[in-house]
Amino acid sequence: MTKLASGKSETADVPGGDDASGRSWLEALRRAGADRFASVGYPTIKEEEWRLTNVTPIAKTQFVPATPQIDEEAIELAKRSSFGTDAVVELVFVNGHFAPSLSRAGKLPRGAIVGAFAQAADSPALQRHLGHVASISANPFVALNTGSMRAGAFVHIGKGINVELPIHLLFISTSPSEPTRSFPRVLAVAEENSQLTLVESFIGGSGMHFTAAVTEIVAANDSRIDHNHLHVGADEAYAVSALAARLGRASRFISHAATLGGKLTRNDLTVVLAGEGADATLNGLVIVGKQQHCDNHTLLDHAAAHCPSHELYKHVLDDRATCAFKGKILVRPDSQKTDSKQTCKSLLLSDDAQMNSQPALEIYADDVKCTHGSTTGPVDEEMVFYLRSRGVGLEAARHLLTYAFAADITRRIKVEPVRRRLEDFLAAQHGLPRDLRITDLGQHDEKAR
Amino acid sequence: MAFLEITNLHARVAAPGGRDILKGVNLSINAGEVHAIMGKNGSGKSTLVQVMAGRETYEVTEGTVAYDGKDLLELSAEERAREGVFLAFQYPVEIPGVSTSYFLKAAVNAVRKHHGKPEINTVAFLKLVKEKMALLKMDQSFMNRAVNEGFSGGEKKRNEIFQMAVCDPRLALMDETDSGLDIDALKVVANGAQSLRGPDRAILIVTHYQRLLNYIEPDFVHVMLDGRIVKSGDKNLALELEERGYDWVERQVAAEV
Repeated sequence: MTKLASGKSETADVPGGDDASGRSWLEALRRAGADRFASVGYPTIKEEEWRLTNVTPIAKTQFVPATPQIDEEAIELAKRSSFGTDAVVELVFVNGHFAPSLSRAGKLPRGAIVGAFAQAADSPALQRHLGHVASISANPFVALNTGSMRAGAFVHIGKGINVELPIHLLFISTSPSEPTRSFPRVLAVAEENSQLTLVESFIGGSGMHFTAAVTEIVAANDSRIDHNHLHVGADEAYAVSALAARLGRASRFISHAATLGGKLTRNDLTVVLAGEGADATLNGLVIVGKQQHCDNHTLLDHAAAHCPSHELYKHVLDDRATCAFKGKILVRPDSQKTDSKQTCKSLLLSDDAQMNSQPALEIYADDVKCTHGSTTGPVDEEMVFYLRSRGVGLEAARHLLTYAFAADITRRIKVEPVRRRLEDFLAAQHGLPRDLRITDLGQHDEKAR
Repeated sequence: MAFLEITNLHARVAAPGGRDILKGVNLSINAGEVHAIMGKNGSGKSTLVQVMAGRETYEVTEGTVAYDGKDLLELSAEERAREGVFLAFQYPVEIPGVSTSYFLKAAVNAVRKHHGKPEINTVAFLKLVKEKMALLKMDQSFMNRAVNEGFSGGEKKRNEIFQMAVCDPRLALMDETDSGLDIDALKVVANGAQSLRGPDRAILIVTHYQRLLNYIEPDFVHVMLDGRIVKSGDKNLALELEERGYDWVERQVAAEV
């Protein structure tokens, strides 16, 4: 049953308007986050984890909390990014404020809850897990988010429940007048043997804005979660996100994370494989140009035995764009029979683009299989010649191969509206027909899995 | 002038200090004819067909290639393809993420557009593809697979001839299409190529071995040695080479100098 019933609007950053506040546990959580951030502040490039992403522009800009007003642009963006009936529930947040008027409640099975924090503040699961998966000490932006969080989304799928259609959380940022900030927060809990597909879309509109989002995911034993993170950055969008997931025994977690543009984007993805036989797949796609920057840090923390994990991140860089990828695999002492494979591939469309790829394996168990590989380079000239020898022009060949490079990720995405959005973006970028859908899934995926 | 007229063609590896590979190739081919070029490894026979297809890793330093009255060397690789030149690769390239179906449609339409024709409609395309797949005894699932990805060596070669059949070229260049094929696959591939034989089409086959030529009988056989064609004959020359090897040709050439 959906709990998105209240027509009340939540008003973050406005004292007294936040109806999830007043709970002492939540206040304590916020205070801890705020204190932590007050003591550590914004990270600098002197810190190893932030060496390649300079957040000084964020620290130096006077970002203010946005008012809960919803302008025309936000409505337009929400409309364009809506999944319509392809989502079972769609919660829309504009500049950090829950926007019930743009949201859509659907029919959820009994025992499944999707709602804004305001409506779920008394849920024991919220209290039990919020702030307990993502660590405020590991990442200053998690501390900042925790200290400032007001509105957020809570997803709770009860034992044995299968929610078939995707749950869509749509975060829209616009700031036509002055630079604004927002701190989206999501907690998704899949109880034992449940299934869910969660999509978080971060869509940037005009103006300068800064978003520091935190998503916590709890996958109980035997649960399955298909998580999709779509970030469409605007030219003046600063976005930092942290996703932390804890996987129980024999659970399965798939993450598809795509970043399209954005001035500065930093994503931290931490997955703890905490129960035996937990299975994690992380697929990532970054498409940047101009002087955009995107940095992805992933950590696969193998804390239990017999866990497979697969990671494939692909980057397409044009113009003077810069990207970093740091993929860490940590295999703890008792995590025998870990089977982890990490691949990072990057395509440089310009001589001025820069990629920094850094695998990091820390292995403390002896009976494990861990591999990593990284390739960075321009479009393959052999492939280009093959296409040209069949009559396809040079530019078209390069575009097609760029599309195909990215399609290797998009075709793995099961949520049709997400895949379509990415493919349309790619096709438009390269002047390719929209019906160019790469559907061959069979063998390649078998190999990649 | 013949349909294809290669005159004193010299080419080298396009790199500083690149090795000379073709050292004065002369060859004329008329429409309707099938020619085979044989020779040892490193004699330059693969380079010749790749230069003709427009591969930019080779640089032509001297000579001309006239194709249907046009200066072939002036055209880019894609323009040559659109004008009806087709190279069946010795080592077909894998293109992950591009389906064979899309790839072929792009190829067919590139040629059609060049000749001012509208894009092929889906029904006609499927009919064409089905017909040619049957010819090459290929499973229809090939169309939805990424180009050559995960294909066996034999499947890749078969796919080359399949593409050739779909693209319907006027000059078909086959670069060691027989290498790596077992005898059954060889028959299928050779029959596919044989079916392309026709009065408007010229076929040039590069091969090491005579066996392919049992199925697709050449009108002329040439021996390439050190970047030149040094001996030409009919199909019996291929049989003679199979039996006696290349050394006697080398000796004969040395004696002539």
